[in-house]
Amino acid sequence: MKYVLIAAAALLAAPLYAQNQAAQNQDLGQPIPEGGEVETIDEGEGLSGSVSFEGNLDDLGIAIPGFATDRDVSTPANSSGTAALGKELARVITADLRNNGLFKPTGPDALPQPAFPEITAPNFPTWSNRGAEMLVHGYVRGRTDGKLTVGCYLYDMALQSELVREGWVVPPADWRRAAHKCADLIYSRLSGESPFFDSRVAYIAETGPKDNRTKRLAIMDSDGANHRFITTGRSTALTPRYSPDYKKLSYLSYVDGNPRIYVYDIGTGRQTLITQSTNPTFAPRWSPDGNWLLYSMAVGGNTDIYRVSARGGESTRLTDTPGIDIGGSYSPDGSRIVFESDRSGAQQCYVMNADGTNQRRISFGGSRCATPEWSPRGDQIAFTNSSSFNISVMTPSGGSVRVLTNGWQDEAPTWAPNGRIIQFFRTERNSGKATLYQVDLTGENLRRLPTPVDASDPAWGPILP
Amino acid sequence: MNTRVATGLMLASTIALAACQKKAPEELPPPPAETTPAPTPAPSGPAVGSQQHFVDAVGQQNTVVYFDTDRFDIDAEDQTKLQRQAQYFSQYSQVSFTIEGHADERGTREYNLALGERRANSAKNYLVSVGIPANRIRTVSYGKERPVALGSNEASWAQNRRAATVTIN
Repeated sequence: MKYVLIAAAALLAAPLYAQNQAAQNQDLGQPIPEGGEVETIDEGEGLSGSVSFEGNLDDLGIAIPGFATDRDVSTPANSSGTAALGKELARVITADLRNNGLFKPTGPDALPQPAFPEITAPNFPTWSNRGAEMLVHGYVRGRTDGKLTVGCYLYDMALQSELVREGWVVPPADWRRAAHKCADLIYSRLSGESPFFDSRVAYIAETGPKDNRTKRLAIMDSDGANHRFITTGRSTALTPRYSPDYKKLSYLSYVDGNPRIYVYDIGTGRQTLITQSTNPTFAPRWSPDGNWLLYSMAVGGNTDIYRVSARGGESTRLTDTPGIDIGGSYSPDGSRIVFESDRSGAQQCYVMNADGTNQRRISFGGSRCATPEWSPRGDQIAFTNSSSFNISVMTPSGGSVRVLTNGWQDEAPTWAPNGRIIQFFRTERNSGKATLYQVDLTGENLRRLPTPVDASDPAWGPILP
Repeated sequence: MNTRVATGLMLASTIALAACQKKAPEELPPPPAETTPAPTPAPSGPAVGSQQHFVDAVGQQNTVVYFDTDRFDIDAEDQTKLQRQAQYFSQYSQVSFTIEGHADERGTREYNLALGERRANSAKNYLVSVGIPANRIRTVSYGKERPVALGSNEASWAQNRRAATVTIN
């Protein structure tokens, strides 16, 4: 008899469980393909002299002609074959540099096309009267296994010598990553900074009137290409964050009618709740090593920050003061967390150890401090000044505050992988339309990021693995 | 009548009923639609527990309480409104309901979600303090996601900083 009862209970429980699983996935679109591997290959010994140019890097002219191909073969990456793909690669590199206000690039449409043998031995006289101090050459080769080999070479025109070279093998679907890697190589070699182009951004795509906005989880490459929607828009989605390995996205969804944080697995196209609780959860944040997730949970109206293993299990409560403790962003070494709290009466920024000990306020400027994000370099914290609604930066001890933007309402900064650029979203007065922007750490080169529809809550991931 | 037989019959019917209930359905019903069905107009007026019945009984202005910027306290005016709501929910003790907490657009998104939850809980706590069982009250925060007034000015923001009571049908 006991056995029969257990069996009956199991019969009842199983469909219910399945129904819950189906319900929490009902706002998800078709799973998206995961990116392929990009392999860096040995391009042989390049000379690496010092850069001859000594002026302002903003004025540095760079000629980027089309990449050459040894044999024009068909490839899924371009309907016209590898020769046409070579031009496209150079266009993507040119746009990467130009759109970020870096150097003075000239693209392949205004330049002659070098032949394949010239890639490793440039015909310097051809390029000497084009006002460029630097010359980029590259090639693309279709392999028998269908993959592409892309090589990237940077030459100093004055010295007529090679500065750096690198090569990659990419699946055809990931050809743009080879262009971003070449742009990163050029940028890093000439500026001394870490790369940032080969990365992705998760954000919220917005449509509809102000009192009935549709908000969908979406992703795109750092240059806006390969745009994809993850959710269908039936439920409101907010505040996404990529896991550092780009395999998962954590975000807030109202799919069951309540605001809750889910972890969406890009490989399986399924999602799970961050914690089994009926309480609302907000503000997901990954640790830099991807092993931990921070989230905030309201219990009886009081919001605190919790930490849970990325593999699931018991949560640890990190804050316990009355009021709203929310957000949280790990220092690059994972040892500390900067977060936001109104325990003093208004939103301010605080730092604590990763285990929740030693909580201390760092913002004292007289303005409110919200949505703090620790720079991947560790030297700066970006935040929303929620008195004037501008994006600002400060040191981790709260000093040297600098205001970077001046919109009607700017909020939610997110760092480029190299800590030199900040993206955020700007809301227009009255209409409520939201747009993604980015700005240099210097406060220069403010620009609007093109997205298919209105956009908010950007979250820039690290350099792709 | 033999009581033992009657008890036996009742037990038998209870078991039969239980057996019926435990039979798992062959096919699960589709998930409920997200839109709330329009209240069916009946000659006798809105059904007890419907939003219309609630609004008719307490008055539209008493279904929403408003808050100052970043505040979540229940002032005297709010108490009067919530007392009116409490009368309704005491009279119709079978009615469960939701308090929706909201914030104005002049705040960061995540903070506003937490603030909306805190406001909804303030209203809930007051209703519980005057005798409404907590298990009949659900709270949900929409942060700044669902404004009712669409301007970017103090008058609009004041209308959006609110906790609105809605009944679950």
